Amino acid sequence: MLRRAVRILDERTGTAPLLRKTLRYAFPDNWSFLLGEVVLYSFVILVVTGTYLTLFFEPSLAKTTYDGTYEPLRGLQVSEAYQSVVHLSFEVKAGLLIRQTHHWAADVFLVTMVLHLMRVFFTGAFRRPRTLTWTIGVAMLFAALLEGFLGYSLVDDLLSGMGLEIGYGVALSTPLIGGNLALGLWGAPFPGDQAFESRMYIAHVLIIPVLIGVLLSAHLALVAARHHTQFRRTPRQTNRRLVGLPLFPAQTPRSLGLLFATAAVLFLLGGLVQVNPVWQWGPFELSQGTNGAQPDWYLGWLIGALRLMPGFDVTLGDYTLIPNPFWGGVLFPTVVMGMMFAWPWLERRVTGDRQVHNVLDRPRDAPGRTAFGAAFFTWVVLIFVAGSSDRTYVFLDASYTDQIMLYRVLVWVIPVVVYFVTRRVCHELQGSDRVQEVREQAEAEAEAEAEEINVEARYAAASAQPPPGGSEGSSARRP
Amino acid sequence: MKRLASWLVALAALLFSRRRSGRDGDGDRDRDREAGDERVVAPAAPDRRAELTVIVLLFAAALAAAGFLVAYAVDSVSDSTRLLGIALGLSFALVAAALIALGRWLVPVEELEEEYPEPEHPDDQQAVAQIVHESGDAFTRKRLLLAAGGAAGTALGVAAIAPALSLGPWVNTDSLYDTPWRGGRRLVDENGHPLRAGDIERDTFYTAFPEDAAKDEIGAPLVVVRLDPAALRLPPERARWAPDGILAYSKICTHAGCAISLYRTPLFAPTAARPALVCPCHYSTFDPADGGSVLFGPAGRDLPQLPLRIDAAGHLRAAGTFSGPVGPSWQGVRGQRPS
Repeated sequence: MLRRAVRILDERTGTAPLLRKTLRYAFPDNWSFLLGEVVLYSFVILVVTGTYLTLFFEPSLAKTTYDGTYEPLRGLQVSEAYQSVVHLSFEVKAGLLIRQTHHWAADVFLVTMVLHLMRVFFTGAFRRPRTLTWTIGVAMLFAALLEGFLGYSLVDDLLSGMGLEIGYGVALSTPLIGGNLALGLWGAPFPGDQAFESRMYIAHVLIIPVLIGVLLSAHLALVAARHHTQFRRTPRQTNRRLVGLPLFPAQTPRSLGLLFATAAVLFLLGGLVQVNPVWQWGPFELSQGTNGAQPDWYLGWLIGALRLMPGFDVTLGDYTLIPNPFWGGVLFPTVVMGMMFAWPWLERRVTGDRQVHNVLDRPRDAPGRTAFGAAFFTWVVLIFVAGSSDRTYVFLDASYTDQIMLYRVLVWVIPVVVYFVTRRVCHELQGSDRVQEVREQAEAEAEAEAEEINVEARYAAASAQPPPGGSEGSSARRP
Repeated sequence: MKRLASWLVALAALLFSRRRSGRDGDGDRDRDREAGDERVVAPAAPDRRAELTVIVLLFAAALAAAGFLVAYAVDSVSDSTRLLGIALGLSFALVAAALIALGRWLVPVEELEEEYPEPEHPDDQQAVAQIVHESGDAFTRKRLLLAAGGAAGTALGVAAIAPALSLGPWVNTDSLYDTPWRGGRRLVDENGHPLRAGDIERDTFYTAFPEDAAKDEIGAPLVVVRLDPAALRLPPERARWAPDGILAYSKICTHAGCAISLYRTPLFAPTAARPALVCPCHYSTFDPADGGSVLFGPAGRDLPQLPLRIDAAGHLRAAGTFSGPVGPSWQGVRGQRPS
């Protein structure tokens, strides 16, 4: 029966040799290698839930009077986009579950992507022959950030409108082309042409998802073509030889289990933990804003950078050269992205190491890289945390202005400290590794010596009597 | 995705074979091997308890999924989002547990050794270069050909993306200066009622719009406050812009364009000595007494002020246009007054 199924498949497609190779594809084993899989599975769930949402969402800014079941909004003038989302949330069965699961999946997609990126960075998995895999991954991260921003901007609730205002301000601040860029994208000064909603919509549901899908496929194809990296758990694992579990059967149930576990977590979050209750924010009005507005977590680092900047535009007389949002909204993410893209090349330049590496470093094995990565990460995280100073003010009553002044210093000081501390810790760990090695070696030698003494004693005892035959002891003397 | 697909096929095959051998006993498994080939997969010992666990987990998952269907079908279920989420999430979690148990106890976990593929293939590199090179043997004027091809490609590429210019006014950015405010236009509230100077109180703020004009343009909304006329420190040329201490500013922050919707009045003199208009997006803080100058935060330009006058009926009217361009800055924005 099974044979027949395989024969039918092979007859029609000729893929039996490929399938055979694929089933026995060896995949080195480590828990941290699963992070990337969670990213993939979150994407699968995003596509499925997102497709469902498009069946109800109305990408239109045309005004309509809300007459649905949510009492506080009844009679209000809202856009059709906003109306359709509230309708989906309250009147479509399972609509709110799917919508919240979609939102949570986007948050998890980006969290796991960042964790996966850090795993790859701190183990040196981005080195040759996998630099292109890394580059594609970084491109995917930034495509995903834009995708997420567009997703919650589509809804046309008050928070999404405030996010778009900032997006408009940032686009406008780009030197040389800012005015043209913002007007071109929006079609008119903010809030822009009505067609802007359609532009965001097609970008969110087609252009960027297809882009992410293509990048994802290329990323996975390259992973498969180069085979997976491995830690050196056994001496058999070298840059030329890998030891791993076969895709089938060992890896398959685990990986599928991870897919279902990801789905489980996302649907439980979607059902139990409220996220982005747009009916509470109300429809977007240009003349309104709300205090305590925070973006989704993955844009927190940008709002932090925008808030931290001291207030100045670069001007020549009354002619503005560089408006302020440029620093936090354009330059900062460009520096972060540029550093990520450039890192494999930078590291090759600094270390002169152009070798192929299939065996991973432990973070301590490359103190310079680990220290730089920790410092860089700290820098971004501190700016992120600075963006939540308004929340800290509410909860801890610490003055907002004092906090901002403090962060303006800390974001430059702490990363430097982190750099030196991390490097030191790495060297210490390496040192303790060496001590451990020396001790193990000494213990082995001591054991061998004890053995030798034993043997000699036995030999001496034996030689007191007439030897029974060949001297077995002599072959054990010098191991 | 390809890998995922192959896994799915593989799982289907696995489940299929298990069901089959379960029904027919071990004889079938032997028949599958009777072609005489060696085992490929390492043998694994049966584990009845683990097998039972997997079976129970899968049945439980089916039950949870059925629960989802019931919750979906029955209209009277209150709080259905939670119930649906729990049922579906639980079903997924049970399948996940079953798969993980299966992978842990019922499937042989064997380590394979394999060579890494060669990182580079010099012979093939050479061959590829040669194929391309030799294919062009018939060309005698390669440079000219390349130039012509480049010209065609570039021109065609530019022509192909040119229609994107229809998206908006990419070249002429004058519309960024537009506001509906003109001298004489009345200030109205969100319901269209004119604002009376006598109704404007201290220690609170009002949002105002131009009468008979669009409200949802970036140049339209105003924030109106009343201060003690003696406390004003306006530039001399704006001396008459705030009749009776009533001031109007653009409500759109000059940093990133959010609506300025916080008004800090001096509740505690030692730390907040004077009233301030604050944007909730990045906490740019402006001084309404001082012509909208920046007190704190990332804004790099004063808040544009609109000159006011009080007409014979006691209504507030614009006495001209803003003191500067409204909204976030762009390169080339000048301190000129908007048209």
